[in-house]
Amino acid sequence: MKLSSSMNLILAAVLAVSTPLMAQTPEERGLEISQEAKQRDLGWGDMQADMLMVLRNKQGQESVREIRLKSLEQENDGDKSLSIFDKPRDVKGTAFLSFSHPVGADDQWLYLPALKRVKRIASRNKSGPFMGSEFAFEDLSSFEIEKYSYKYIQDEACEAGQCFVVEQYPVDKNSGYTRRVVWLDHDEYRISKVEFYDRKNSLLKTLTFQGYQQYLGKYWRADLQQMTNHQNGKSTDLKWTGYKFQSGLNDSDFNKNTLKRSR
Amino acid sequence: MGKGMKDKLFVFVLKHPIWVLLTALVLVVGAAAGAKNLVFKSDYRVFFSADNPQLIAYESMQNIYNKSDNVAFIIAPADGNVFTEETLNAVGQITTDAWQIPYSTRVDSVTNFQHTWAEEDDMIVEDLVLEDVELTSEKLQSIKTIALNEPLMLSKLISAQGHVTVVNVTVQLPGVNPVAEVPEVVEKVREIQQKYMAENPGLEIKLSGIVMMNNSFAEASLNDNATLVPAMFGVVIVLMLILLRTFTGTISTVVIIAASIAGAMGLAGWGGLYLTGPSAGAPTMILTLAVADCIHILSTMFYEMRHGVEKKKALMDSLRINFQPIMLTSVTTAIGFLSMNFSDSPPFRDLGNIVAVGVMLAFILSVTLFPALLMLLPIKVKVRTEEDSDYMRSLAGFVTGKRKLLLPLMSVIMVSLIVFLPQNKLNDDFVKYFDTSVPFRQATDFMQDNLSGMTQLEISVNSGESSGINDPAYLSMLGDFTEWLRAQPETDHVNTITDTLMRLNKNMHGDDAEYYRLPQSRELSAQYLLLYEMSLPYGLDLNNQLNVDKSSTRLVGTFKNMTSNELVLLETRIQGWFVDNAPGLEAQITGPNLMFAHISQRNIISMLSGIAMALVLISVLLGFALRSVRFGLISLIPNLAPAAMGFGMWYLIDGQVGLGLSVVAGMTLGIVVDDTVHFLSKYLHARRERNADSVAAVQYAFGSVGRALWITTFVLVAGFMVLAQSSFKINADMGFLTALTILIALIVDFLFLPPLLMKLDGVKEETKIAVEQGETDEVK
Repeated sequence: MKLSSSMNLILAAVLAVSTPLMAQTPEERGLEISQEAKQRDLGWGDMQADMLMVLRNKQGQESVREIRLKSLEQENDGDKSLSIFDKPRDVKGTAFLSFSHPVGADDQWLYLPALKRVKRIASRNKSGPFMGSEFAFEDLSSFEIEKYSYKYIQDEACEAGQCFVVEQYPVDKNSGYTRRVVWLDHDEYRISKVEFYDRKNSLLKTLTFQGYQQYLGKYWRADLQQMTNHQNGKSTDLKWTGYKFQSGLNDSDFNKNTLKRSR
Repeated sequence: MGKGMKDKLFVFVLKHPIWVLLTALVLVVGAAAGAKNLVFKSDYRVFFSADNPQLIAYESMQNIYNKSDNVAFIIAPADGNVFTEETLNAVGQITTDAWQIPYSTRVDSVTNFQHTWAEEDDMIVEDLVLEDVELTSEKLQSIKTIALNEPLMLSKLISAQGHVTVVNVTVQLPGVNPVAEVPEVVEKVREIQQKYMAENPGLEIKLSGIVMMNNSFAEASLNDNATLVPAMFGVVIVLMLILLRTFTGTISTVVIIAASIAGAMGLAGWGGLYLTGPSAGAPTMILTLAVADCIHILSTMFYEMRHGVEKKKALMDSLRINFQPIMLTSVTTAIGFLSMNFSDSPPFRDLGNIVAVGVMLAFILSVTLFPALLMLLPIKVKVRTEEDSDYMRSLAGFVTGKRKLLLPLMSVIMVSLIVFLPQNKLNDDFVKYFDTSVPFRQATDFMQDNLSGMTQLEISVNSGESSGINDPAYLSMLGDFTEWLRAQPETDHVNTITDTLMRLNKNMHGDDAEYYRLPQSRELSAQYLLLYEMSLPYGLDLNNQLNVDKSSTRLVGTFKNMTSNELVLLETRIQGWFVDNAPGLEAQITGPNLMFAHISQRNIISMLSGIAMALVLISVLLGFALRSVRFGLISLIPNLAPAAMGFGMWYLIDGQVGLGLSVVAGMTLGIVVDDTVHFLSKYLHARRERNADSVAAVQYAFGSVGRALWITTFVLVAGFMVLAQSSFKINADMGFLTALTILIALIVDFLFLPPLLMKLDGVKEETKIAVEQGETDEVK
């Protein structure tokens, strides 16, 4: 019969497609994709870049912050990072040192030039905004496999061609999100877009990445990250320039005792 | 409509009542189907037109900072102490659950207050009450001390005695579906309230805040319609049964009223109108106004039938006699309501339009569907003596006999009431829009008695330069202003960035109380704020106090509930402070209360042109109907005086005029005109057709329409008095003052107009009649 033959055909097709996946649940698939993405970005060592941050409110008012960023890759832990503020002028010279950890609070120090003191910050600010922007600390810290559990959703066309859509569920209970939905392109496993869902699981923000460039023939970095908050109508752009990799930074450049001297 | 056409219509109606019935049914059902589109818009902002300057200023401030719509859980433990393990745990859980409220963007409570302190070179920022820390009695005592000494919390989140606390949830409604969003929030809020009250029997939780108020606009109005409309139907049925003693007539009238309401509300739905507090009062008003048409047709018909005329003929005669007066009064009433289109407040425009449509529908139905129903249903008429006409005759005798006394006496009464008119004070306190039976009002009163009022002013102070808020001169000005504002007798609480900065300065100097003062350098302030901003968790940032480039900051003052005048005076005082003490700075003051404080004045000014327009239109109509410029002019007095007297009397009763009352004058104008039309046309009929002198004409007018006038007035007063029972003050006041004005109008028409006519007309008796006799007369 025509019907049953076409049914058979569909069944065969479904089996053919799903057999290699049969062993894999969506959770495992999601994890696999994320591991591959992390794997491809390993080994960059240290990095420096200039970040221009443009904040906009619903009324259209803008404000600009300028920050220099240094990062040091860590094995089996979150990366170390140092942010030095250049603008606004009244915070010039302020330096922020952070040892991020996949789970639990990060270690953070802030050097205040006006007070000539280094202050350790003890807080659960992971979910809080970075410099009053729409980026939270957790949006800016390094991606670590242990931070989330995963679920592969589907493949979908995206700006970079074809993308995996993977949901990530934060492990840390102080995270501001119930989930993040991430679009990674098939070719290079670069993040094309992230949607953030708040604690009541409603869409809070969308982050898009544009102008990816490859460094050292391996590591992809975007020139522009745009974060839009759908709930309060505010947005923040991060414009990156002057990427430098493997310029020989080491632990002593990321030390709270030398924080004062970092310029 | 030509006389021939009119007659053809009546003949058709009486010949084919079934067809008329079916056609009317189809049309009414078709119109009424629009009611499915009719939804309640629960947002106080609907009271403001898009170009209202106070709304524009407010919206722009909401865009610069964050929106300040909120829900307040007011939590009162039975033992009168918030600082117990049990209560603080509950507050903590409510705080956590509150994050699940749809569109919530921020939750502030005693437990998640970001407490900062120093430990050597560590700056510690954490929840005042941590989830996993055991609450020993020492810990509880320390929490209490911190909370009661923190200016950000005291009187806002915690009462001075520590016996009532508030969990304040900031809600950012997207405004995509204004109809569904507020109920969605309220459903979750009530679920939380119920849950924690059930789990903690000693805990009383009340709900206040802007979102709850918005919701109350809808709920109070819908509850009103669920009780007032049936009550009004009851009143109409009882009155008609008593006064006209007809079962069929009553049923038919109820059908006409119901069809008029359903049709008008349905058409509003088709027209894409939203329901709002005021426009939800439309059914009661249409109901009241539609009755009059039916009463006029029924009473003439019964009069004829009692005199032996057969039913169909009696009905035909009644339609012929009543068509013009009913049309005229319907049109003038509609014009009165249409004058509301001049209102600055959109809900009143909607109300005016819906009622105007309802009144015209009632007119159309009472000359088509109504006679058709009366034809189809059996009617019995008992012959009885008309005792009322005796009353009317003696009233007429009294008025004509005492006219020399009545004219000056009534004039004095009228003038002495009217002089009170300007004494009324404008006041729109939206909390008092709801009577004490509404839970929102109870909760807000409770909050006012124990913590703080609901009056808020948002004051944005612009430094004029990027990062300017860190300038020590600016901060010290802001500190001075905060101090001054706190010292004002109306002030309950001031939320200001200077408190945070002083606390941080103290923290940065090892918690030395000496340093609880503003930082002395710009860099220091900027870096403290940076440090603090970098330490705050999601939803507790400073975006609600600082704009993006830190050139301006927003203070929020919370005040005891006060009248609009007092609030406007406070606003002026605040502006004055900035002029005297900070001449270079620009301070913008906004807030929902302030928007309402200005709206009555704006609305009254805009309504004045509406009333003037309605008055001109109605006077022209009357001039045509009475076919006399002179009587058109005379009619102005009994048409205008009642509203002015009503407001004068209102001063003696209440004295505060709000948004609802600002439309009453225009609205009642169209209604009170009816009495004058009926009385004057009968008077002129007697003068012109019967050659009566003015005294006899007055007696004739009393005899022929006196009874109908007092019955319709009685129904109208009863109807608007039902509306006066509304728990929504705008509608209640509007109903009461309208009822009062209509009653006054009847008194004026009975006791003042006739003596005036006899005085003015009597002098010119001889010359006048000769002139007027040349004209043909059709007024019935």
